Amino acid sequence: MRALVIAEHDNRHIKPATHATVTAALQLGGTVDILVAGTRCAAVADQAAKITGVGKVLLADDAVFAEFLAEPLSTLIVGLAEDYDALVAAASAAGKNIMPRVAAFLDVQQVSDVIAVVSPDTFVRPIYAGNALATVRSNDKKRVITARATAFEAATETGTAVIEAIPTVSDPGLSRFLERRVTESVRPELTSARVIVAGGRGIGSDSAFSLVSQLADILGGAVGASRAAVDAGFIPNDAQVGQTGKIVAPDLYIAVGISGAIQHLAGMKDSKVIVAINKDGDAPIFQIADYGLVADVFEAVPELIDSLNA
Amino acid sequence: MKVLVAVKRVVDYNVKIRIKADKSGVDTANLKMSMNPFDEIAVEEAIRWKEQGKANEVIVLSIGPQSAQDTLRTALAMGADRAILVKTDDEVQPLAVAKLIKAVAKTEAPDVILLGKQAIDDDSNQTGQMLAALLGWPQGTFVSSATPDENHRITVIREIDGGLETLSLVCPCVLTTDLRLNEPRYASLPNIMKAKKKPLDVTTPADLGVDTTPRLTLLKVEEPPTRKAGMIVGSVSELVEKLKNEAKVL
Ligand SMILES: Cc1cc2nc3c(=O)[nH]c(=O)nc-3n(C[C@H](O)[C@H](O)[C@H](O)COP(=O)(O)OP(=O)(O)OC[C@H]3O[C@@H](n4cnc5c(N)ncnc54)[C@H](O)[C@@H]3O)c2cc1C
Ligand SMILES: Nc1ncnc2c1ncn2[C@@H]1O[C@H](COP(=O)(O)O)[C@@H](O)[C@H]1O
Repeated sequence: MRALVIAEHDNRHIKPATHATVTAALQLGGTVDILVAGTRCAAVADQAAKITGVGKVLLADDAVFAEFLAEPLSTLIVGLAEDYDALVAAASAAGKNIMPRVAAFLDVQQVSDVIAVVSPDTFVRPIYAGNALATVRSNDKKRVITARATAFEAATETGTAVIEAIPTVSDPGLSRFLERRVTESVRPELTSARVIVAGGRGIGSDSAFSLVSQLADILGGAVGASRAAVDAGFIPNDAQVGQTGKIVAPDLYIAVGISGAIQHLAGMKDSKVIVAINKDGDAPIFQIADYGLVADVFEAVPELIDSLNA
Repeated sequence: MKVLVAVKRVVDYNVKIRIKADKSGVDTANLKMSMNPFDEIAVEEAIRWKEQGKANEVIVLSIGPQSAQDTLRTALAMGADRAILVKTDDEVQPLAVAKLIKAVAKTEAPDVILLGKQAIDDDSNQTGQMLAALLGWPQGTFVSSATPDENHRITVIREIDGGLETLSLVCPCVLTTDLRLNEPRYASLPNIMKAKKKPLDVTTPADLGVDTTPRLTLLKVEEPPTRKAGMIVGSVSELVEKLKNEAKVL
């Protein structure tokens, strides 16, 4: 069994989800190589080489990969597939964009969002917003897998893998990158934060949403949101936690003014400790919260901020 | 511009599903079924393009049992022009769905194919990307804005992990919708009546020459682990005390 992990990075730093993906790939029981495709991304290759368990780093450094467009990247990965039994990426926005394209070129049915490796061909994955866990066996000649980063321990960094430059591909010219607007934040990334404070429709306005950010800052945490809060424009889309947003599992998740729809729970119910603050004592979020406080956000959150500051 | 939209019939997003006692699957019998919410957004987008004069025909396509006709009729009532049902009672997994849509696209020759980013039953998030690969077309996934222009290109804004990304795609292309693209309309009663007379063609995977044998075997379906019941605290100070001394997360 030979697995190739697709590293996720921004040409400068490797994303922590890559470490969890390596762990998932190692559980397939064979060797694991890692692909770093980008532009002027030698530093990323160096970081990838340190990940424990990685045999070899394949470095495809070319302007064609600068913006990680799915068309050239999938062509590159398909070209490498012959040497591998499994291709593994994180179930992130980037992994979800690229891997099914790779799978279709290889005539493989991808296994999405894997949370456990049962054996080299059998996997557990959530369906119906995490209300059921399906165990599936792949009958294809190769595996194409996306792994849920929160379900696998991050691999450590004790490795010294060799880095090998590989030939690149030409741009098929199907899509053109115009712009990227990255939400600038000094806070930790949602998917790897230890603490998350998430706000919902109950916050009422984008100005009031600063209560949520203040609480997050005191706790050194990230800011999350329900779909309703994002739709209302309180906070950008990349903060959405849930079935169709980000999957998180921090040590502490504080849900403020969030009712607890199954689509939201799907993204956060694996958090270690869940706190809910909601003025409606019947809100479903209380059914999964370790600590519930039935209170108005505008009274409870300032009080909480004060007492943590004290 | 001709637009093809793929719509899936799924268990309504408000319904809590039950797992069969023998763990062989999810029991969907007698549950309320609806159009996959992301596909409603896709249908709405296509109809808006038509209303804006950017599209001249909107075709909706579903793969599933006879009852998927209801979902297609809903799309017709929203404003689509005609419908195609690829009828099958078998489970069809994303790769095979993509092959079936490709086969229809070969005869219909649309300029754009719109899909939802994810079906809320299997949560695969694959079909659009696979279809784009099989056709050799560009893909714009998770889009929250899509603007076709006169140069046979579409500018899309994509929801990505760090924020938003803008791409320009050449047509023909495949787009998958995210939640912020639009708010789908409800079909009016007169339009529901009119939709009954719109054309709906029925074909089969065999007619289209596609093998839909599942590549993934479902071994079992289980309940996720449940969390142990928590407690309601009486005050902010009690909450802080518990988080510090009991949960030890502060
Ligand atoms: C296809 C699809 C995908 C979806 N994906 C996601 C997803 O990924 N993530 C997600 O979160 N949702 C998702 N949703 C939406 C989901 O179904 C819910 O609509 C959403 O989570 C509700 O957000 P909310 O809890 O903020 O709002 P509401 O349900 O409106 O809840 C607001 C809560 O705030 C409380 N409140 C109000 N005022 C106050 C106050 N002053 N003090 C204290 N409490 C107050 C209320 O009691 C209420 O419980 C999806 C839906 C669909 C159809
Ligand atoms: N049986 C089907 N019939 C029509 N469209 C489908 C079907 N299955 C999936 N799709 C389309 O593919 C999208 C993504 O589905 P999935 O890859 O299963 O998450 C859906 O939102 C639909 O647009």
